[in-house]
Amino acid sequence: MATDDRPGAGTTPALARLAGPLAALADNAAARRAGIVALLALMVVAPFVFGEYATVILTNALLYVVLALGLNVVVGYAGLLDLGYAAFFAVGAYTVGILTLRVGVNFWLTLPVAVCTAALAGVIIGGPTLRLRSDYLAIVTLGFGEIVRISARNMSITGMASGLSGIHQPWLFGWHIATPRDFYYLFCVLAILAVAVSVRLADSRLGRAWLYVRYDEDAAEAMGIDRVRVKLAAYVTGAIFGALGGVFFAVNLGAISPESFSFTQSVLILMAVILGGMGKIPGVILGAMIVILGPELLRSLGELRLLVFAVGLLLIMLFRPSGIWPGRGRQQ
Amino acid sequence: MSGALLQLTGVGLAFAGNRVLDEVDFAVPERGIVSLIGPNGAGKTSLFNCITGFYRPHVGAITFGGHDLRRLKPHRITAAGIARTFQNLRLFREMSVPENVMSGMHCRTHAGAFGAIFRPPRQRAEEAEIRATAAECLRFVDIAGDWNRVATTLPYGHQRRVEIARALATRPRLLLLDEPAAGLHGGEKQELIALINRIRDERGIAVLLIEHDTGLVMKVSERISVLDHGVMIAEGTAKEIQANPRVIEAYLGQEDAGADLEL
Amino acid sequence: MSLLDILAHQLLNGLVLGSFYALVALGYTMIFGVIKLLNFAHGDLYMVGGFIGFIVLSAISSVVGGGWFGIFIAMLLSMLAVGFLGVVIERIAYHPMLSAPRLSILITALAVSLVLQNTALALTNGQYTAFRSDLGFGGITLGGLFITYNQMVLVAAAAVLMIALEFFVTHTQYGRAMRAVAVDADMCELLGINVAAVIGVTFFIGSALAAAAGTMAGAYYGSLWYFMGFLIGLKAFTAAVIGGIGSIPGAMLGGLVLGLLEALGTQIPGIGSEWKDVFSFAVLILVLVFKPTGLLGRSEQERM
Repeated sequence: MATDDRPGAGTTPALARLAGPLAALADNAAARRAGIVALLALMVVAPFVFGEYATVILTNALLYVVLALGLNVVVGYAGLLDLGYAAFFAVGAYTVGILTLRVGVNFWLTLPVAVCTAALAGVIIGGPTLRLRSDYLAIVTLGFGEIVRISARNMSITGMASGLSGIHQPWLFGWHIATPRDFYYLFCVLAILAVAVSVRLADSRLGRAWLYVRYDEDAAEAMGIDRVRVKLAAYVTGAIFGALGGVFFAVNLGAISPESFSFTQSVLILMAVILGGMGKIPGVILGAMIVILGPELLRSLGELRLLVFAVGLLLIMLFRPSGIWPGRGRQQ
Repeated sequence: MSGALLQLTGVGLAFAGNRVLDEVDFAVPERGIVSLIGPNGAGKTSLFNCITGFYRPHVGAITFGGHDLRRLKPHRITAAGIARTFQNLRLFREMSVPENVMSGMHCRTHAGAFGAIFRPPRQRAEEAEIRATAAECLRFVDIAGDWNRVATTLPYGHQRRVEIARALATRPRLLLLDEPAAGLHGGEKQELIALINRIRDERGIAVLLIEHDTGLVMKVSERISVLDHGVMIAEGTAKEIQANPRVIEAYLGQEDAGADLEL
Repeated sequence: MSLLDILAHQLLNGLVLGSFYALVALGYTMIFGVIKLLNFAHGDLYMVGGFIGFIVLSAISSVVGGGWFGIFIAMLLSMLAVGFLGVVIERIAYHPMLSAPRLSILITALAVSLVLQNTALALTNGQYTAFRSDLGFGGITLGGLFITYNQMVLVAAAAVLMIALEFFVTHTQYGRAMRAVAVDADMCELLGINVAAVIGVTFFIGSALAAAAGTMAGAYYGSLWYFMGFLIGLKAFTAAVIGGIGSIPGAMLGGLVLGLLEALGTQIPGIGSEWKDVFSFAVLILVLVFKPTGLLGRSEQERM
């Protein structure tokens, strides 16, 4: 709500300049509303139409929507390159694993713990580095991602290299979330919440501050904006999204291992953000779908699939840095 | 001088051994309009950057309304009541005119991520206030019709005024204008003079400007300070400055050396 | 083995490791100097250099043998090839982006890195490749310390390359231009220096050094892997930061310091070799927090 009257929101002049059919769709409020309704309807019926295998894949895609929207706050809004995003995903997943298996805490009670742990980790990593050149964040987060993965591999509490398994499926008010279809709907709700939160963040004092800092740090500072604090808010917000994604990832699979949180994982989430169009919510959703559904459609490529993505990423950066989704978005 | 809003005492700044500012004493009174002039490379913008916290002077004191500014970061200084514009326009790209101006309200408001997501009444009221202030500041600088445009696509003179509106939105007590007339044509300069006077008369804001257009400076300023090679060589009214031999010498020297001093 | 012997042995390991880090860190730091870019693909050039060196050696070993002489030839050709690859990458991917926002060029560098990595992955099916060479295991004993000839040759070769680079940077026209561009590229352009050519030379040399390290490391450790550039890229960046990013002597020093820190750090009780990488990333983060200019770096220009 309250997004249409935002000056320059969905109907930026930059957007209007592009005349592609998708742009027209995105530009027209009524058409957009109809599109959203159709999409929601499709989400509801999808498991019945496409079958169980597709339901599992779509669930994974929805997880990526959540993760990519979280990383989009960091990269797309605040313009910070985070190359270790999977670390926060791991923090969420391992928090659930450790607390439910080793301590016996109820699943739902692990949520706030995961959020706090991720936020704390975000402050510890981001606090000092965000004061430096913003490029340093990229490499520090890369190092942090590896630290988390290697730590998970080498500590007994995280189950060493084999990870943790036997994580129980949760109950919610008498509903035992157990079948792939249950999890699919759970992730539908999560993805919708993630979209709603992203929309509201973008259209707020904090969301604008991210863009100010991103476009011109000095001018932003001269307008009274604490750039370190604003960047830290973005980084921590992204961390929380990632941790929540990890929490539900863990209960969905029932088992987690360090290799789920590798550098490749961070890169895939980043690709989802950039391919579709960083800073643009529909673009990021599209990107997440491409990253997950693409390999399913291109199964025959085998080892080449990441190469295809890598070349795609390079071409996007060189020829269309605003991503596939129409409109320049707000990142250049 | 002790009752001044902004007071610089013995401010010195050096880069890699080169003295940029040397024992600068300088003051802006409450509700005053003061100009800082001087040849290219005299250190005017460096002085601005010391006041706004982008540079840290090596010696000397800077006080604003009695408070020491020296250890404050730029955003704190803005919050304390000093706003600025930039010599080269620094509007936020890709953002609309009101969104640009709303940035000024950031330091006067508080909503964070929680407010953004859950939108309690307090946050809604604050958001409405931000928008209202932005609109009001834009009307004040006489930008009305161009609202939903991306700010950087406006005509040059309008962009200058949007920058001033953005600075006004921080609710300053002192406004620093860095060459506000650069690139403006005659009529626009007249409007600028009127705007500067209105900023002081209607809002009670003191104005400090750096400007090369001496005609404009003489018309608008109550006091003028002249900086040359980092040293404050003269201070006085327009008449006094025009008759000051040291000032004339400084400017003549500038012409001798050629205009390309500032590379 | 006495404690002293263990220490000496680890110092030696650290020196060898540090030589590799230093060679790769040099390219990082030089490229950062001229275009202020963290070239994520730099570690992958090390990997590509290793593979090209291996391919060349396989082709010529029947003529020149697989010993150090053969490896030396392979290394030179690999340096040449990867040097050109570096120049091509700069021309195609980075040059058009130089005026784009920082975020865009950083992501582009990441994309280049991923393209190189995944090309190697596709070509090798993700398997380790054995780097077959005929290096002996001979050496000399100094007190309780056994130093192999390989280790000596390797450290000496790295030292020769670094001395050559230092000479190039301080005594040649291009070298001086490179330092000038690192200070102020716009001013150099105004003064008539061909900045694009200087950037090209910098990429050539930086990439060639990475290839030299890749070939030598492949021969020394005996295997190659498509992902081997990732970790060393990260480590070399750490080394460059320890030394002071942008500083050439700093990169050499930082490489050696990191190599030694790692070798000795893993001897601390409780920090086994599985924690080696965590240890060096922790060093990276601590250096960035407490001394972001590194050991030899100049403090960043005051902001404006």
